[in-house]
Amino acid sequence: MSDLRNEFEFAVVGGGLVGAAIAWGLAGRGRHVAILDEGDIAYRASRGNFALVWVQGKGGGMSRYAVWTRQSVDLWPKFAEALRTESGLDVCFQQPGGLHLLLSEREIENRANALKRLHNEAGRAPFEYCILDRATTQRMLPQIGPEVAGASFCPLDGHVNVLRLLRGLHVSLQRRGGTYLSDRAVQTIEPSGSEFRLHTAHGQIAAAKVVLAAGLDNARLAPMVGLDAPVRPQRGQIIVTEKVAPFLPYVIQTVRQTDEGSVMIGDSVEEVGFDTSVDGKILAAMANRALKMFPLLGKLNVLRCWASLRVMPKDGYPIYDQSETFPGAYVATCHSGVTLTPGHALLLPAWIDHDNLPDESLTDFSARRFHVSTAQ
Amino acid sequence: MFRRLNKGPERLLTIFVDGAPTSARPGDSVAAAMLASGRIGCRTTAVSGAVRGPFCLMGVCFECLVTIEGVASLQACMIPVREGMRIETKCGNRTFGT
Amino acid sequence: MIIAAGELHDEYDVAVIGAGPAGLAASAFCARAGLKCVLFDDQTGPGGQIYRSITSSPLSRHCVLGKDYWRGETIVRDALASDAHYVAGASVWGLLSSNAVAVSVSGITRQIRAARIIIATGAMERPFPIQGWTLPGVMTCGAAQILLKSSALVPEGPTVLAGCGPLLWLLAWQYLNVGVRIDAILDTTAQRNWHRLFRHAVAFATSSYMTEGLRLMYQVRRAVRVVTGIVELGAEGGERVESVLWRTRRGRFERLPCNTLLLHQGVVPNVNLAMSARVEHRWSDTQLCWVPNVDDFGSTTAPAIAVAGDGAGIAGAGAAVACGQIAAIAAIRALTNKASHKDEERNARRMLHRYQRGRTFLDLLYQPAPHFRLPRGETIVCRCEDVTARQVIETTLLGCPGPNQIKAFLRCGMGPCQGRFCGLTITELMAETRGSSCAEVGYFHLRPPAKPIALSEFAGLRSDEAAMKAVVRE
Ligand SMILES: Cc1cc2nc3c(=O)[nH]c(=O)nc-3n(C[C@H](O)[C@H](O)[C@H](O)COP(=O)(O)OP(=O)(O)OC[C@H]3O[C@@H](n4cnc5c(N)ncnc54)[C@H](O)[C@@H]3O)c2cc1C
Ligand code: FES
Repeated sequence: MSDLRNEFEFAVVGGGLVGAAIAWGLAGRGRHVAILDEGDIAYRASRGNFALVWVQGKGGGMSRYAVWTRQSVDLWPKFAEALRTESGLDVCFQQPGGLHLLLSEREIENRANALKRLHNEAGRAPFEYCILDRATTQRMLPQIGPEVAGASFCPLDGHVNVLRLLRGLHVSLQRRGGTYLSDRAVQTIEPSGSEFRLHTAHGQIAAAKVVLAAGLDNARLAPMVGLDAPVRPQRGQIIVTEKVAPFLPYVIQTVRQTDEGSVMIGDSVEEVGFDTSVDGKILAAMANRALKMFPLLGKLNVLRCWASLRVMPKDGYPIYDQSETFPGAYVATCHSGVTLTPGHALLLPAWIDHDNLPDESLTDFSARRFHVSTAQ
Repeated sequence: MFRRLNKGPERLLTIFVDGAPTSARPGDSVAAAMLASGRIGCRTTAVSGAVRGPFCLMGVCFECLVTIEGVASLQACMIPVREGMRIETKCGNRTFGT
Repeated sequence: MIIAAGELHDEYDVAVIGAGPAGLAASAFCARAGLKCVLFDDQTGPGGQIYRSITSSPLSRHCVLGKDYWRGETIVRDALASDAHYVAGASVWGLLSSNAVAVSVSGITRQIRAARIIIATGAMERPFPIQGWTLPGVMTCGAAQILLKSSALVPEGPTVLAGCGPLLWLLAWQYLNVGVRIDAILDTTAQRNWHRLFRHAVAFATSSYMTEGLRLMYQVRRAVRVVTGIVELGAEGGERVESVLWRTRRGRFERLPCNTLLLHQGVVPNVNLAMSARVEHRWSDTQLCWVPNVDDFGSTTAPAIAVAGDGAGIAGAGAAVACGQIAAIAAIRALTNKASHKDEERNARRMLHRYQRGRTFLDLLYQPAPHFRLPRGETIVCRCEDVTARQVIETTLLGCPGPNQIKAFLRCGMGPCQGRFCGLTITELMAETRGSSCAEVGYFHLRPPAKPIALSEFAGLRSDEAAMKAVVRE
């Protein structure tokens, strides 16, 4: 009994980076799309993340993931330009190369081994990297502290202004004719004939196809349409300082200077369930480590801290899947949604829209991979 | 512009604002001393470059940020003057020089 | 008892934050009952905003600031004479888990533990977002009064006061006492407020506010040009304010040169510390601001944390003293497990009741008019990040559901003031644009630090092996 206004070709559940990128892509293909999103208070990794476009170290255990990451990163310049033209917002994508700073000989050894293992595993090398000694690191980053022993470096690593990215996707989605509905947390999804009915506290919405991009809530929603999305929350805390004149010519995995000048210090990895409170002990540890990397940061004032929940699939790799029981239902969920945005905006929509595109290899990301072993 | 009510024989201190000797009364905050000396702007913003000056004087607006004795981004309205104190007004984003 | 930061103990029974009337009364009361109590305040001396500089003011002639001000002397003296440890210049920036209080003094952060915490951080002036309110020379009336109390500084040259609320009239009266010329008072009190208030008038007429308040207003009106019914207001100038422009209901634009423009439209609770400690707040429809959810004793939804004084809703200094005592009594009972201090509680409640009389009238009378709370166009809403009303409205129309999302999109609330001077405007503007209520729209999700604090001070917080493990990436 949905009125016309509530009928869409595609309902995308979730307006975070993944949902917004897919909806943007679908709208660009002329589809009649609506995003259904929660309200202001929500688990929304897209506004709490560290904003790296990161390649090094990705893909251990699933080389296809390294390739997909690389594919996305290579699309970043083109995508950023498209978004700038359409939304007028510059997401400041920069790819100066990234360093993972290491604070002891042991850390260097562990890192070197991990990266080597990854490269041996991967069919073809997904990214170039090198291990830098202290002297080289210091030449690149004169401000490092005495405890920095070295670094791993990858020239492909970069970062963006992620808040402007999310805003740009929303602005431009509407220019493409898409609809964004906030305060529409989807409670249940009911497959019904050739359409899906999505129930919210503010009424029902019908769509021919549905894309689940609800972050952590995918785990609950997916089974309603015959899908499986085992994702769990993984907490990350972040510290942000006041703005300072540019001083960091590279991106450091846990220290980043934004285009506006703030320094972000990230980001812990904690398994604490759905708890988004900040923890003084962790913040202290983060601050300590950042100061060892760059002692001069000590004087900067911290303006904000937060804790955000990563959307972490069981094995860490993205889940892109299509329902067999209810054709027309899709799920897309991942960690590293910033890095993968161009893939989600430019490649996934074609697949979801049932063109002949793109590679079959996306089937590697199906949740079926979780069932192989349990079936035995 | 501000003036002092009681110009009694009280002892005055000297502070240095951007190098210029400026007299202050013991008990003044840095912001009060600057206002008394006719400096009503104390920084330019990083976003638009506009001049800003103390607004609330009670520590909540953060418009009065200056560098005091080499420490940047301090609230001038919250810190009492001391003899010989050196204060620099701020231009845009802070730098690591300060 | 005044102590230096170095003399702080690691543990206290009660930590009181804010040395205004509520905090002074609470700490003195706890100490007298034998509890080990510490009182922190970020100002250089005790007294809070109302009794600011009371121990050091160069204006010793009592008639200048008025007898209400000097009433603070006893309150301050009692607290300083008690055994409560008082640390000046101490910014509490975090109430962390398990009752840890992170406090910064002279650039060093210490962490102490307290079984009970009483937040008495008081009020701040409500944002007054008009064109040009960021120009140097435009300040709040509260700021001007602080300059008067603590440094005997008064404006020189053309001076205009604009807005509404008791503080504006009090400042004008104090200025007249010392011969400061005020070129005009632009009264923005919404005329319709007078009409709505009939039913509260009786309570007001028998309250202490009335006799005092009307006397002040009468004296000021006789000496200064007062323009009422202002509906539009703006400051103009290049590098500083040069003139003020206004329009009254009858539609006449007028401009007056000035080099000092003092704004005021009431005070609101300073909620940052309480919110960052996860104290639940609600929207007050009479005071048009967020207030913590507290019970009769000031206890909040956060364990062992109470809020007393204006921080729990604006009620003035007299009520703050009573609330401070009541919160102290609750703390004492909780820690001793005895239902003690019955008489004192009764007295405090009687005093509170007396001061609450007539308050609703004042709240409603001085409810700032919508056009001074809901700016338009290029008027700056967020001073720290230069975000305009137009941007807030346009981005809300994009579907943005509330302050946290708009903060992510526009950076409003991300600057050093941590939303103190834009938060209320954003909530109200978004509610208006979305056609919903302020309670629905909500507020920024605040977390420590409740004040900007150097990274090195963060690094000094207690940590452990497990925490270190959670931050090292291999
Ligand atoms: C601390 C941290 C650091 C990170 N750093 C990086 C990084 O440097 N680089 C990188 O590439 N990635 C990073 N990430 C990961 C990245 O942020 C995420 O991969 C990405 O944001 C996921 O986007 P999403 O849209 O799937 O999820 P979310 O951003 O969580 O969005 C989910 C959306 O769905 C909505 N929703 C949920 N349930 C419902 C429902 N029932 N109905 C309607 N709507 C619903 C939510 O309100 C939300 O808007 C980081 C994450 C964290 C937490
Ligand atoms: S003037 Fe507002 S913080 Fe100093």
